[in-house]
Amino acid sequence: MSALTTNARVVTALGARSIRQTFRRPQLIAPIVVFPTLLLAIQTGGAGSAVELPGFPPVQSFLQFMLAGAMMQSLMLAGNSGGIAMAIDIEMGFTDRLFAAPISRFSIVLGRLAGTAALGLFSALWFLAIGLAFGAEIAAGVPGALIAIVLVTVAALAIGGIAAAIALRTGTASVVQGMFPLVFVVLFLSSAFFPQELMIEPAKTIAEYNPFSFIVEGVREPIVAGVGASELLAATLAVTGIALLGLGLSARALRHRLRVG
Amino acid sequence: MAAIAVEGLERAFEGVHAVQGVDLEVGAGEIYGFLGPNGAGKTTTVRMLTTLLLPTGGRATVAGHDVVDEARQVRASIGVALQEAALDPLMTGRELIRLQATLHGLPAAEGRRRADRLLERVDLVDAADRRVGTYSGGMQRRLDLAAALVHEPRVLFLDEPTTGLDPVSRKTIWEEVRALNDAGTTVFLTTQYLEEADRLADNVGIIDRGRIVAEGTPAALKAGIGRPHVRLQLEEGSIAAAEEACARIGRLLPPVDGKTVLVEVERGAADIPRVVRALDEAGIEVGSLELVRPSLDDVFVAKTGHHLEKQGEAGGEDEGALAV
Repeated sequence: MSALTTNARVVTALGARSIRQTFRRPQLIAPIVVFPTLLLAIQTGGAGSAVELPGFPPVQSFLQFMLAGAMMQSLMLAGNSGGIAMAIDIEMGFTDRLFAAPISRFSIVLGRLAGTAALGLFSALWFLAIGLAFGAEIAAGVPGALIAIVLVTVAALAIGGIAAAIALRTGTASVVQGMFPLVFVVLFLSSAFFPQELMIEPAKTIAEYNPFSFIVEGVREPIVAGVGASELLAATLAVTGIALLGLGLSARALRHRLRVG
Repeated sequence: MAAIAVEGLERAFEGVHAVQGVDLEVGAGEIYGFLGPNGAGKTTTVRMLTTLLLPTGGRATVAGHDVVDEARQVRASIGVALQEAALDPLMTGRELIRLQATLHGLPAAEGRRRADRLLERVDLVDAADRRVGTYSGGMQRRLDLAAALVHEPRVLFLDEPTTGLDPVSRKTIWEEVRALNDAGTTVFLTTQYLEEADRLADNVGIIDRGRIVAEGTPAALKAGIGRPHVRLQLEEGSIAAAEEACARIGRLLPPVDGKTVLVEVERGAADIPRVVRALDEAGIEVGSLELVRPSLDDVFVAKTGHHLEKQGEAGGEDEGALAV
């Protein structure tokens, strides 16, 4: 069996373990599914008439508008949970078991990220299903849904890379867990939950340049309007940039961990 | 060729020298006991030999491969069961061994076959599909050992495999280690239990404060610090007569109190009848008599000036004692 095949099998096996680990540990799955679903229900139920505000972009319903935000929240928390799980592995010594195997050590990180990406995929399917079940339409149809699914999946991997880097660098679950509030700061300073047009300064300007706004809009556009080339391009660039940053930081943190033991 | 060869191995952590120039050699098919107290440098040495930590000085080869330049070949040749069984409590035993098989590049079907065989070998078939978090300490160590064996390694590193286990679980691990060694596996065993090293190891290295202070077979190490001696408990007033009788058999050791006579005996238990006859002929009544053999702890004390931690937890040291 070639080294490439072995490492691909390792990534798959570790990805599967990561998914099982998330579903078997309530504190990891709750932020990915339960919290964003509850927030979506509360916001949609309590602030549904926001769509009538002057300047609110034309949408079928507030639920349709909010789906991208819910997916964004879910994928960011999936990335964070992946980082927490990796830090727990380091704390309990499980990572040493993996490091002692004759495999590329970066495949250990890739395995974790594969699991996080799969959770992103699950998140996209979950919220699209909820949206459709409660009457939201996908304006761009199946191709639009596929674009949203792919962007959410890759974005989960990208965020997971940054969380994995923090986990590898610190080796402490509580530090990664401490990033949890930051996820909400980043989300609220983007267009995830509210249209940029209705924000006040300085949040409006921050949201305008926040790369996560580009991803949100890339996911939202096919749901509320149709596939927009400029939104899709901006989202692709943003998600690629964050993914490269995450992978680069993870590789660097991995080298540091191997050096310090 | 040596299974493990280490020359001047060093590791410093921000100015603290955890391992300072360790030299050792482990022959193929040998059980090497690496003995030392907490913080002596045992785990740091093992982490370097298993490629989990880069040395800051010296060199080491394991299974003929350099631990720095040929780390992946080393990892393919070794099995590792680290201190405090590094297991995922959310996985089942079967999942863990199958994952380990994948990590070592075994095809899925072969991984399943070996997992079944190893679970049977370590008596975990009934618990195989339970989460590891529900296992007892002994079960976790057995699972850890099974996982380390899935790719049939040439060299097995066991870092304190029985620490914290009850005597029955400890004995089970010992039997398994002995069986593995009988099948040809070289075992590098770190322990802070004297009895463990004494019973299992062909050769022992004693490490203290990052340096090897003694190395050899357990018997040679113990013989090196003195012969066995007979300890006699007597009534006050008969000490002088007993000393006179015993002096004809062996060298008298300095007395520890006014009721005890210590006499070195060259042939160990074989000299006990001579001691008994001499005392009987002199009409001396003996309260108790025991043969005391030098222990590895005596070796440790002789070499370092202090005792090992957790002494005696793994069982008595006076396995040669004969009370009458």
